[in-house]
Amino acid sequence: MSAGTAKLVEMRDVKFQFADKVILKGIDFSVQAQEVLVIMGLSGGGKSTLLSILMGLLKPSAGSVLFKNQDMTKLSRSKLNEARTHIGMVYQNAALISSMTVRENIGFPLDQLSDKTDKEIGAVIDQKLELVGLKDAGDKLPSELSGGMQKRVGLARALALDPELVLFDEPTAGLDPINTETIDDLIIQLREKQKVTSIIVTHEMESAFAVATRMAFLYEGKITLEGTPEQFRHSDIPIVSKFLSSYSKHESAKE
Amino acid sequence: MIAKLGTLTVSILQGLSSVVWMVRETVSEIAERIASHRTPFRWEDFFYQCNRVGVGSVPMVVLLSVFVGLTMALLTGYQLQSFGLVTLVPAVVSVSFTREMGPLFTGIVLASRIGAAYTAELGAMTSGGEVDAIEGMGIGALRYLVTPRLLAILCLTPCLTVIAVLSGILGGAFISSLMLQISFGYFYDQVMTNLLVKDLMAGIVKSFLFGGIIGVIACYKGLAVRGGAVGVGIATTSSVVSAITTVIICDSFCNVFIVIFFP
Repeated sequence: MSAGTAKLVEMRDVKFQFADKVILKGIDFSVQAQEVLVIMGLSGGGKSTLLSILMGLLKPSAGSVLFKNQDMTKLSRSKLNEARTHIGMVYQNAALISSMTVRENIGFPLDQLSDKTDKEIGAVIDQKLELVGLKDAGDKLPSELSGGMQKRVGLARALALDPELVLFDEPTAGLDPINTETIDDLIIQLREKQKVTSIIVTHEMESAFAVATRMAFLYEGKITLEGTPEQFRHSDIPIVSKFLSSYSKHESAKE
Repeated sequence: MIAKLGTLTVSILQGLSSVVWMVRETVSEIAERIASHRTPFRWEDFFYQCNRVGVGSVPMVVLLSVFVGLTMALLTGYQLQSFGLVTLVPAVVSVSFTREMGPLFTGIVLASRIGAAYTAELGAMTSGGEVDAIEGMGIGALRYLVTPRLLAILCLTPCLTVIAVLSGILGGAFISSLMLQISFGYFYDQVMTNLLVKDLMAGIVKSFLFGGIIGVIACYKGLAVRGGAVGVGIATTSSVVSAITTVIICDSFCNVFIVIFFP
């Protein structure tokens, strides 16, 4: 298998339950390097749980999660932490450290996990701030930023260690169209220029179709459909077509 | 009734096992970090916490101890006066402050002042997803967040206890000279004669223990928060109540132990 088509992430029959509630009933999918996989589904369907399992923040009840051919569920803590440095995550609420400035937030993983000097860390921070278009916001606290700006800082922090895989949890939820487009452009730019692989969980169909190279639909704890955006548009699976048509109707009503 | 007792026992045991797990994981994260030739925490975080726990608590500890020492000397003096034993006041105040009041009052001040702050801070970070974000970056949230806080309170509780003891004895000496006709010189001589090294050691060892208890309970309650702002409030109250109760219970056990093994 060539490097370009190697599987970066693979989930095999992943099950997860919280107390008596079964959330994931056996998830199978794989993501190849430089792909952008968009996972869609109903609210409360377990999409964010899936990302937490991928990061090793939650342990699945069964199944395996492979990242670069290592099973994340069986790694020792030090190996898991090492693997996590190759994965960036952009949280739904940005999850920035509220007591740190924007610069400190972006430099935090570098300060803790790399051997870079303060000067080198400063240069990386400048570069990431420029990438997300927030050069002048470095000394602000997260509470002084808008929701869109917080998400862009979250993305800059996720990219600080130049990860191979970036996970996005609802990256454009609640944002205005201009901020949404900025985030979408950044995701596309990451794939095209920095060869980053992304897994995105979202409800925003417009964003999903704009950035996805592949899509998956999570319903009742299982992947109901996995395919290209085109296959999605023409799907005759009832829940998928209902999901897409509800969105179309909603958009038409807005117009 | 029996069912309620059972539920309470189970929840106490679950809490205890979680606290033990947290401490074990923190220690093992520190060990791994040291093994990879990195400092386990940022020194500036540690000194910031030391400043907060130590310097920030001095006024309250001094104020409380001076007034407790003063009241104690006054009431003991009036009781002993009727037996003609007022000269025993310096010994009673100094020994009881060194062995008992100093560590205990310092513990209560720290539980309410610093324990509450630790829980509220970590609780807000937990409910805001910051703790998960730190863990998700591979940084090790327990090592990064718990270590400087726990070390600071462990190191500073004995120092504050010494300050509390000195303040209490000074308060006692002041009121004794003012109302019981005991001069400062006589008070000082009596303190030096009656205070033994084992009394000092008992106080210092207890204060280490109390610092550890308060730090561990406060950090655990903060990291276990559920339910946003309301959850943080509940956890903070619970942290202060649990820490003070545990400190008092632990103090009693320590006293029994000291009396039996170091009479």
